[in-house]
Amino acid sequence: MATALLAGQPALVNASRFRAAHDADWQRLETLVTRIEKRSIRVLSDDDLLALPVLYRTALSSLSIARETSLDRALVTYLEQLCTRAYFQLYGVPTSAVRQLGVFFTQTWPAAVRALWRETLVSLLLTVAGAVVGYLLVRSDPGWFFGLVGQGMAGGRDPSASVETLRGTLYGKHDDMLTIFAAYLFTHNAQIAIFSFALGFAFAVPTALLIAYNGLMLGAFLAVFVPKGLGFGFAGWIAIHGTTELFAIILSGAAGFRIGTAIAFPGRATRGDSAVQAGKTGATVMGGAVVMLLVAGLLEGIGRQTVTNDLARYAIGLVMLVGWLLYFYLPRSRRDGMAAA
Amino acid sequence: MAWLRRNARKAPLSLRRSFVTPEGVDLRIELGSAGERAAAFVIDVLAILVVLIGATIAIAYLAWSSRQSAFAVLWLLGFFVLRNGWFALFELSGSGATPGKRLVGLRVVARDGARLTGGAVIARNAMREIELFLPLSFLGSQAAHGWADGAMTLFALGWSGIFLFFPLFNRDRLRVGDLLAGTWVVHTVRGKLGSDLVVPVERDRRVFSEAALGLYGVYELQMLEEVLRSGTDEAIVTVAATIRRKAGLPDDRDDRGFLTDYYAALCGRLERGLLVGRRRADKFA
Repeated sequence: MATALLAGQPALVNASRFRAAHDADWQRLETLVTRIEKRSIRVLSDDDLLALPVLYRTALSSLSIARETSLDRALVTYLEQLCTRAYFQLYGVPTSAVRQLGVFFTQTWPAAVRALWRETLVSLLLTVAGAVVGYLLVRSDPGWFFGLVGQGMAGGRDPSASVETLRGTLYGKHDDMLTIFAAYLFTHNAQIAIFSFALGFAFAVPTALLIAYNGLMLGAFLAVFVPKGLGFGFAGWIAIHGTTELFAIILSGAAGFRIGTAIAFPGRATRGDSAVQAGKTGATVMGGAVVMLLVAGLLEGIGRQTVTNDLARYAIGLVMLVGWLLYFYLPRSRRDGMAAA
Repeated sequence: MAWLRRNARKAPLSLRRSFVTPEGVDLRIELGSAGERAAAFVIDVLAILVVLIGATIAIAYLAWSSRQSAFAVLWLLGFFVLRNGWFALFELSGSGATPGKRLVGLRVVARDGARLTGGAVIARNAMREIELFLPLSFLGSQAAHGWADGAMTLFALGWSGIFLFFPLFNRDRLRVGDLLAGTWVVHTVRGKLGSDLVVPVERDRRVFSEAALGLYGVYELQMLEEVLRSGTDEAIVTVAATIRRKAGLPDDRDDRGFLTDYYAALCGRLERGLLVGRRRADKFA
């Protein structure tokens, strides 16, 4: 049992042979991947770009072989890391921002909105119901107004205000504080949109409350202006940006409903898969709704200040509404309309 | 001896997950732990605060010197983008990670291995609003108005707590946002290839008997590899002594050389076993 220092062959193991045969490929792949990670895929020359998938598959097959034939753990660990890094660069990276935006506006967003048409209808009905209830409540007892609309939001437009004051809020020229107010409203509304999406997670109950409350406030304001004979003007004042803004809020509510119902009633899919599917569609709709709210903010901040004619306001609001409806629901060629992701 | 102690069967719940590429190879990716995720988040929040404070001072100065209300609009929009866009925009960029995640060595990937879509990134970050910002801002506004009573504070903290600790209650360390977006957060490790332990040597290698090589299996071999790669001299002496004692070999005063040769011989023997389909997992097999 002595360990004689005999002249034997060197005990070359598989790992050594394997390393010697493929080391150059791995090194090259590692250099390429490191360069992409540091900068972007654009730094690669055409040759490198063509070599990248080949090198990646070489490394992958090396990994498979190493796992089966080699016991060198450092080698297997290294190949796992290298393949994972290369995999993320080849498969996991999102496309360029410009391209993503293009696809978003031409395909994914309208497709996602179309996919949510049921929820959108429910959300619309909830808003309308809220508005009717709010209107009736404030008409029956003006005290309800302060219960529904906070002091800050009302800004003097309450049931006790005179016709002149109310008319002033509709047609008055304001200083540029209003652009700040419009920016504030945009961020505020966008935050509401995000909440009504995210709160859908709680089986859509808080989302339903938010959407109904939005309708209630609208109804309460209507109940202030309509009895004073300013209903037509108020509707125009709302319509110029409201068709866009309310549509956006309704859509983000619909996104919340989709999530809540997908989690509560997953149907044939597993609850997790159903949630993921709904989450992606809902988030796309909600992200688009924020863009709509930005448009609404511009209409509110600029359009409403320069356009004081009722009919012109109605026209702009109507054009916007028809524009959105056509953009979302106009049937497209099948090639475009599929990917709702 | 510690390095031979068998704990493979009782290994703690691992964060390694099977992740099969379209080519059919399992990459065995490693998920980010809850601690790392929290660290990355804290770094991001600090970065956001620094940017916010810096931008606020700059904008306040510009607004004060020019008396233009446009700067207030700029600040409002900037705040909105910073609050909602920081995470989403960085994660949508090529690296799939915010600066905090990048520093800690994490990235967001889709659980199904597909591309990370904009919808998924928006979804996972919009949920952060209700996970954290909603209860905090609620609490903040309550406190500002002096209404923050015990029950409300408790509710806000409890709400945050449920979402905050959500990653600890599931196997894959998913946030609610991850759950909904179909993403998870994985380690990005950049390791160098460890050197070959069985390089050809000038001297003759020691030759071991079958009985001496039959002592150990793959698990022990890889522990030996770890000791050879990164072990201290003390560990090498201990391990060499143990092997010599078990195999009944005399001490030849060259522990590292002995272990290298033993590693090469054992590795060769176990690899020959692999060729005929015998994988000896450990010394008990």
